[in-house]
Amino acid sequence: MIGAETRRDIAEANRRRYEELRAAGQDATTKSLPDRTARDAVPIAADAVIDTEDVPAGWYATMRLRRGEVLRIIDTTGRSSVSMIGWRQEDTSERINCADTIKVQWSAALAKGRVILSDMGRVFMSLVEDSCGAHDVLAGGSTPASTLAAYGAPSRNTHENFLAAAAKLGLGLRDIPPCLTLFAPVSLDTEGRFRWDASRKRPGDLVDLRAEMNIVVVLSNCAHPLDPIRPAASGPVTLIRHRAAVADPEDLCRTLSQEVVRAFAFTDRLFV
Amino acid sequence: MISPAATPALDMSNAAYAMDVPAERPWSHILRRGQTLRIIDSEGQQAVDALLYCVDDPAERYSAQDTLRVQGSAYIDLGTRLVSNRGRVMARITADTCGRHDTSAGCCSCESNAVRFGEATKYQHACRENFILELSKYGLGKRDIVANLNFFMNVPIDPAGHFTVVDGISSPGNFVDITADVDVIFVISNCPQINNPCNDFNPTPIRVLVWDAPAV
Repeated sequence: MIGAETRRDIAEANRRRYEELRAAGQDATTKSLPDRTARDAVPIAADAVIDTEDVPAGWYATMRLRRGEVLRIIDTTGRSSVSMIGWRQEDTSERINCADTIKVQWSAALAKGRVILSDMGRVFMSLVEDSCGAHDVLAGGSTPASTLAAYGAPSRNTHENFLAAAAKLGLGLRDIPPCLTLFAPVSLDTEGRFRWDASRKRPGDLVDLRAEMNIVVVLSNCAHPLDPIRPAASGPVTLIRHRAAVADPEDLCRTLSQEVVRAFAFTDRLFV
Repeated sequence: MISPAATPALDMSNAAYAMDVPAERPWSHILRRGQTLRIIDSEGQQAVDALLYCVDDPAERYSAQDTLRVQGSAYIDLGTRLVSNRGRVMARITADTCGRHDTSAGCCSCESNAVRFGEATKYQHACRENFILELSKYGLGKRDIVANLNFFMNVPIDPAGHFTVVDGISSPGNFVDITADVDVIFVISNCPQINNPCNDFNPTPIRVLVWDAPAV
């Protein structure tokens, strides 16, 4: 049996560690995050392209990526938002986990240099380029109810897109985790209410997401439920699956914090 | 629909069910439409992780993102409707003496603890272990664990996106009441986390009580 005094010592040591991690995670990491990618600064060589897909407004696409491959998503018109879920190919019970993504990085603000975690303490994808820096991990995608309320008529929505895409992989409603949405400038005010900042969206905004394990992702090109534009004004988005150089050991996403260093160490063990 | 006003003051002596859930342990119960579950933070500053599944079709379950989108804000409060992944109201918060609950931080797991706090913490009991064990009684598994409710857990998110688990604000005896709109499997993990302030670094027991729907 552990005595009360020892228990108190352990609790105090754990609190000290928590405060040190919080300071490192919020103060230092935020300072070392890079600037946004310039939209014209990262052309893809033609021979690196594996696959390209244009997704019309309201529709979805499914893409398989091998570890190390990169998915570029381009919001051509600056009016789209792209909701994403995904699973590990070898075990689809391992999937994107927004909650762990937020708490491991001490931040709900995804941007260049950040990563997306799976539920198994591993890195699912890395956000290696990002010209937008305004994405949502809290409020989810559109649903039959949200589109009906917003537009007064049933319309295509992310929930049903995810269901259709999952079904084509032999998966179902039980396999659809909370999603994240790219090009969705959602933040919270001091009262905790959601805000939408349209000024943070621009035509041609792009992200590059590097697969850190073998994955299959679903991208739904539907207006975000908090996007106030009525009727919805989404445009097409372009997906480019492409090859990239093997990540350098000093790669920003791999080294930004002690937490992500550990998450990458656990991920790399899948591939030794 | 069951409005909060329809719930009378609950008399502790006529609860249909009462149970102390020890520190670090799971619990579950079928909560019938109209019944009210009270979760009491017996000793204070104890996070209680919770998931809800529809009895008729457990693929329909509590959805944190749908719940937050419908109410337009990021925390769980008195009056919050707990919305399913099919957009239905499953239950609602009908009393709350604490005032701050989270639903964005998820549950702790051995795997995420190892990432957050170092590999040595991988071998500490965690909420996901509790959820897996409890859900197995209903034929459910890891893929059914979605972003959960964290009662009595204080996780402010600031306008820049900073996200911090800070000291809980619940005092001994604080409680939250949840009244079911449909029959639900209500699953709890009395959080064993000792690496952050959600349990004041010292997990403690909670008490759960259930009242039947008021007679009409």
